[in-house]
Amino acid sequence: MARQMTGAQMVVQALKDQGVDTVFGYPGGAVLPIYDEIFQQNEINHVLVRHEQGAVHAAEGYARSTGKPGVVLVTSGPGATNAVTGLTDALLDSIPLVVLTGQVATFLIGTDGFQEADTVGITRPCTKHNWLVKDTDKLADTIHQAFHVATSGRPGPVLIDIPKDVQFAEAGYIEPQKARTSHYQPKMKADIESINDLVSLIEKAERPVFYTGGGVINSGPAASQLLTELVEGTGIPITSTLMGLGAYPASGKNWLGMLGMHGLYEANMAMHGCDLMINVGARFDDRITGKVDEFSPGSHKVHIDIDPSSINKIIRVDLPIIGDVAHVLEDVLKVWKSRGRKTNAPAVAKWWEQIGEWRAINCLSYKNSDKVIKPQYALQRLEALTKNHDRYITTEVGQHQMWAAQFLGFEAPNRWMTSGGLGTMGYGFPASIGVQMAHRDALVINVAGEASWLMNMQEMGTAVQFNLPVKQFILNNERLGMVRQWQELMHGERYSHSWSESLPDFVKLAEAFGAKGILCKDPADLDDAIMEMINHDGPVIFDCLVEKHENCFPMIPSGKAHNEILLGAEAAAFSGGGALV
Amino acid sequence: MSPLKIEKGASSHSVYALRDPHSEIVEKHTLAVLVENEPGVLARVIGLFSGRGYNIESLTVAEVDHTGHRSRITIVTTGTPAVIDQIKAQLGRIVPVHQVHDLTVEGPAVERELALLKVANDGEKRVEALRLADIFRAKVVDSTLSSFVFELTGTPEKIDAFAELMRPLGLSELARTGVAALKRGEL
Repeated sequence: MARQMTGAQMVVQALKDQGVDTVFGYPGGAVLPIYDEIFQQNEINHVLVRHEQGAVHAAEGYARSTGKPGVVLVTSGPGATNAVTGLTDALLDSIPLVVLTGQVATFLIGTDGFQEADTVGITRPCTKHNWLVKDTDKLADTIHQAFHVATSGRPGPVLIDIPKDVQFAEAGYIEPQKARTSHYQPKMKADIESINDLVSLIEKAERPVFYTGGGVINSGPAASQLLTELVEGTGIPITSTLMGLGAYPASGKNWLGMLGMHGLYEANMAMHGCDLMINVGARFDDRITGKVDEFSPGSHKVHIDIDPSSINKIIRVDLPIIGDVAHVLEDVLKVWKSRGRKTNAPAVAKWWEQIGEWRAINCLSYKNSDKVIKPQYALQRLEALTKNHDRYITTEVGQHQMWAAQFLGFEAPNRWMTSGGLGTMGYGFPASIGVQMAHRDALVINVAGEASWLMNMQEMGTAVQFNLPVKQFILNNERLGMVRQWQELMHGERYSHSWSESLPDFVKLAEAFGAKGILCKDPADLDDAIMEMINHDGPVIFDCLVEKHENCFPMIPSGKAHNEILLGAEAAAFSGGGALV
Repeated sequence: MSPLKIEKGASSHSVYALRDPHSEIVEKHTLAVLVENEPGVLARVIGLFSGRGYNIESLTVAEVDHTGHRSRITIVTTGTPAVIDQIKAQLGRIVPVHQVHDLTVEGPAVERELALLKVANDGEKRVEALRLADIFRAKVVDSTLSSFVFELTGTPEKIDAFAELMRPLGLSELARTGVAALKRGEL
């Protein structure tokens, strides 16, 4: 006979049985029974955030840096609605989350009760799946299903809405092994025929390129190893989306750097000029393709993805391969080796010569200054001084995010946490808290802009309370930098509401929370200040005052093709495109 | 590499065989979606169509397996071949969706719709309405001194035609179920 327990006990037991060690949450009336159970145990750490959005982003940071699902516990009504941005962020970036929300008692549902919201209705479009559990009998089974759905196939956020009376009622607990087997079993292995086709293409290609994305990271560390082996074995150049950085080491000889709207010139030109494009776990996002009609016009396109709906959604591909990246790459490597490790080496060598010419343009060059800190210089120094640490980077959203992607190097997967699909300002700080909870001794840095950072600055309280030494590296230009850049280039330099007139004193702000603040405005002081930040054992707000009007280049103006990429010097000549986003 | 072997109407079983990808012709397709009958499943399907801007021409749903809790949703939708393929792939990734069948390409399929029509009339028009009902094999399921309710089963086109004929004869209300469809033959 199954163990009898209350719904609240069941929640805690099911989380333990699913191997959960950390929950990010915020209590409230409709989840008090669960919080009462959390109080009476020590196996699961609960991190009290300061806003529910922070809880979800922290769980995303935890999930992205560990490969395990992040878990969130919030109350009904406003607790649930505050989680919506984080859920949407996790959905677009395919981050596995299990979010538990309290709900008013079943007999109050539909009566506009206090702190009642139609949580499953509101979150239906922003979760992979969600459940309202009206019967304690089904609670444990549903939680186990939720973990299965969140982590299988293309990962994503799921939500379980638990009414308060369901938390109080007693029923038999169902262990994970005895839970209903779900019919939801996405296909992991691809057809061997398509693997053979891909190997044939690799053997013949004259100008091949790998275009990899977040799917490689989601597939686990094995996928990154297999990718690296395939890339090095075949000698094919590789570029990656923002979400895929770290899958192939940035120091690797075949690395072209990130592609896309603010990607490197050589990466975008290689995409435009290739004759074989192998998309591994990326989704032809509009920030990658630019103008779809002129996207890589002369290439055969191969698309490896676990989600069939990604195939042909934006770009028609010639060879779709549906399966898990690690499984597919393992098969590709096996077949490629068994057929004699062939490539069209002379042609590929010529291709590399062409890429060498593109590289020589040195697209990330910028004019440095000894009077004011250039944001690119700040990131170069941050890279130099931290790359040998056990380092994790999160970012907010904007210019600083793109510069971080351009100037920081990632040698391994799960070390780079950023909001790619949704572009959520306010993501980076709570995400850094989640990362630090999972990696207590690591150096966790949130590369931020001052405007994004302020969106979830309340989480300083969390960082201090839980003694999480997260470093907030704020590139402070007193502007909404990316908005300002677009206004300069496309809206006639009319800077409509893209600056802040009353920013806080970030050093005093840090001190008000009981943390350390560092101000740096002179390039000559930068190295010492960064070292002071690294060596401080505790959370730090690093207020790095940078050039206010620096633009982020290269840039493919939206609606343009890859070969119309703008470099810094050319930007002055550009005008138009203001109607596009 | 050989270009894709494109067969007309081959996309329902596999994404490896696609119909003409560049066709801009808008096609009408009937989809049968077998789902777990759990709360919210219809909202998920409808939300997908509204959220991604797809068309629904008709939709019917009912539980078809009471012990297995399976429902069958029949959707008639329109779009270019690329859009139809996306609709099917997007439906397929909804967690409680078990199967998606495109009856238009898997076909041939039988499609039927049921309609109830209230026709208010008197005198000669009554006789004419009954005569037309007979031609269309519509049944009279309610009759008063001044009105009939006809029941008609058939393809949507047949129901359209009957309704058009009834309009000048005093059609006052029309209720339609939407299309239910099954593939012919093959078990």
